[in-house]
Amino acid sequence: MIDTLGPLFLLLMVVCAVAALSVKELLSAVTIFGAFSFFSAAFFVVQDALDVAFTEAAVGAVITTVFFVCAIKRTTGRSV
Amino acid sequence: MRSRFGSPVLDASARLLAPFMWLFAAYVMVHGHDSPGGGFQAGVILAASIVMLRLVRGGGTGSGLSSRGALTLACAGPLLFGGIGIGSLFSGGNFLDYGALPLPMDPVQVRVIGTLGIEAGVMLGVTGVLVLIFDVLASWDDGTV
Amino acid sequence: MIGRLTVLLLIPALVVLLQAAAELPAVGDGTSPAFTHVAPYYLEHAHEETGAPNFVTAVLADYRGYDTFGELTVIFTAGLACLLILGTRDEPSRPRDEETP
Repeated sequence: MIDTLGPLFLLLMVVCAVAALSVKELLSAVTIFGAFSFFSAAFFVVQDALDVAFTEAAVGAVITTVFFVCAIKRTTGRSV
Repeated sequence: MRSRFGSPVLDASARLLAPFMWLFAAYVMVHGHDSPGGGFQAGVILAASIVMLRLVRGGGTGSGLSSRGALTLACAGPLLFGGIGIGSLFSGGNFLDYGALPLPMDPVQVRVIGTLGIEAGVMLGVTGVLVLIFDVLASWDDGTV
Repeated sequence: MIGRLTVLLLIPALVVLLQAAAELPAVGDGTSPAFTHVAPYYLEHAHEETGAPNFVTAVLADYRGYDTFGELTVIFTAGLACLLILGTRDEPSRPRDEETP
């Protein structure tokens, strides 16, 4: 079970990365990037790296998302 | 971004959630000695709780930490870390050699105390810096920085 | 088209990366270089030397405390740079007729 979870999370990370790149709306891209961070944290948990998972979940999913949203508010909000 | 959302439900739930996040941050920092966790993670959790309070309740006094307070924390963290390092340097050890700190205890216990001290420094610094970046990014500084 | 060219260039890079990843030691392999130099010393001596049951904390905060200090300095510098770049408030603009002598 655990052995299949790692590749599953990696696959979901790739899907999230491609989706975040292909989306035009920057706010959607940031949200998908938060999901990417969550899958990354889950992958670290599967790899028994709990410290890194902790940091990734807190920084990547919460703080970075908030910072990106604040930065997008200063721009037009659309990718070229 | 300057005005709060103004929903009583959000306000009440944020106020209910914040003390538990602070307690969890303290637990992560203190218990990081025995289990996964540490100063950086605790600081990020603390900063996340303060950012949540700012998003829901607006800046200023409602979120428990002003912009100037965040700047003070950001400076106090590295100062505490470096102060412990310099202190162990002046008490006969190397830089950041906590075992040399002049405390009336077993050297291993002194090392534990020193480690807790620098973890606290990391936590304060990370909290202050993250809240400060959020403040300047959201142009939320209440004229105090 | 630039997108097709990018994909064509990325495929050889992917092949090279997968080839290199196949050569990496297995996860938890005790004979890999990462586990043969200083890791045994930490595992044997960290608890009695630092009093920390968690080896990650022992290494991060004690053996490699200087690195952690530098890390905190980097974070502090990043916050300071953000404050200097974004936190500058525009001076209240004076009326035009006062600037001309």
